[in-house]
Amino acid sequence: MRLFTHNMLSSNIKGVANGFPLRIEAEQVLEKQVDFNPDFLRNLFPKLEWKALVDGARALGYAELPEAADSSMLESEEFLRKVHHALLELHLEEGALTCPETGRKFPVNKGIPNMLLHEDEETSLQLPGSLVSQMLVRITGKQ
Amino acid sequence: MSNRPELLAPPEIFYDDSEAHKYTSSSRIIDIQARLSERALELLALPVDGIPRLLLDIGCGSGLSGETLTENGHQWIGLDISQSMLDIALEREVEGDLLLGDMGQGLALRPGIIDGAISISAVQWLCNADKSSHEPRLRLKAFFGSLYRCLARGARAVFQVYPENIAQRELILRSAMHAGFAGGVVMDYPHSTKSRKEYLVLTCGPPTISTAVPRGKGEDGESCSEDESSEENQMVCISDRNRPQKKQKISRKGKGRDWIFKKKEQLRRKGNTVPPDTRYTGRKRKARF
Repeated sequence: MRLFTHNMLSSNIKGVANGFPLRIEAEQVLEKQVDFNPDFLRNLFPKLEWKALVDGARALGYAELPEAADSSMLESEEFLRKVHHALLELHLEEGALTCPETGRKFPVNKGIPNMLLHEDEETSLQLPGSLVSQMLVRITGKQ
Repeated sequence: MSNRPELLAPPEIFYDDSEAHKYTSSSRIIDIQARLSERALELLALPVDGIPRLLLDIGCGSGLSGETLTENGHQWIGLDISQSMLDIALEREVEGDLLLGDMGQGLALRPGIIDGAISISAVQWLCNADKSSHEPRLRLKAFFGSLYRCLARGARAVFQVYPENIAQRELILRSAMHAGFAGGVVMDYPHSTKSRKEYLVLTCGPPTISTAVPRGKGEDGESCSEDESSEENQMVCISDRNRPQKKQKISRKGKGRDWIFKKKEQLRRKGNTVPPDTRYTGRKRKARF
């Protein structure tokens, strides 16, 4: 998982109001070369949560990013290269993501975060309480 | 349709190691998936300015559809519930980031950040309840609701779906509309049962001119893409109402001596009176006869 995905991910456990950013616990970090594309970064920049990115990069052992950034800095290629490296080239291979509110851990294996929720954490289960619809094992088109 | 995988097992169990491997090593499936995702990307109608977008691939599986996105230069995040499929995706070294997750639990993404979403043959899985706690309507609601939140304003989502019946299609569409999406179903090749493909084209935001649903391919009866074998798209001609159930093997020369000997032997065993086998048996009559 790369930091740009981390910057998008938030925890969606039932009842969590602010599940962003997930704290990173890194056990193994990889670096892979990716082609540099400044247009993509300029396009993505307004959507980034800068603080989460800086913290995430630190957790992966990369501390070159400045504390604060604004769109005027996008003109400098040096800055863009740093953002590029942090966003797209650092991979969190093994470790965990922690929900900031509940402390629930989402393990990361082989670079894939496991975001599956347990049944009691699902928001989709705020039921209207219809027993019949719960007991339906498959819908055959009739409700 | 009895061979729908949705009816056999839940996705995380159906796509186990062997099924995931089979799926990804079949060149036919790879070809179909590539074509479907190509069309989905076309329907997504991203602005053509060469800037890579951030896309979401829901039910990315082994990354077959993601490959099309990469080829078109986009960055993508893939979500799938099957660990085995994701393992294959890792083996294939796909470019996008992968997440193990259940779309029916809602997408765990920040609001307003995704430029577009595609999903190839995945959403119909939501219509099945595989656990006692599953309720298709709520899972669809959670999925579409969270998707609506995480898409940027004006962004599109294109789902290629295989609804089992009209009720399922309606259920999916209604959940999408409830979540606030505008849009509808685009049907490619509606006249062909085999190559008919349905795409749900949804736009985030209120309906405007730009949210009008594009037309499907082959709606005027134009044939499917030329590279497909022509026999696949031909109508089946039935000349005779009472078509023989079993085709008998008849060569142009007739059934032959061996067949006659065999039949005579069978009748003899039954006890019928059968003329003896001679050199005249099964011989063609002369023309003047």
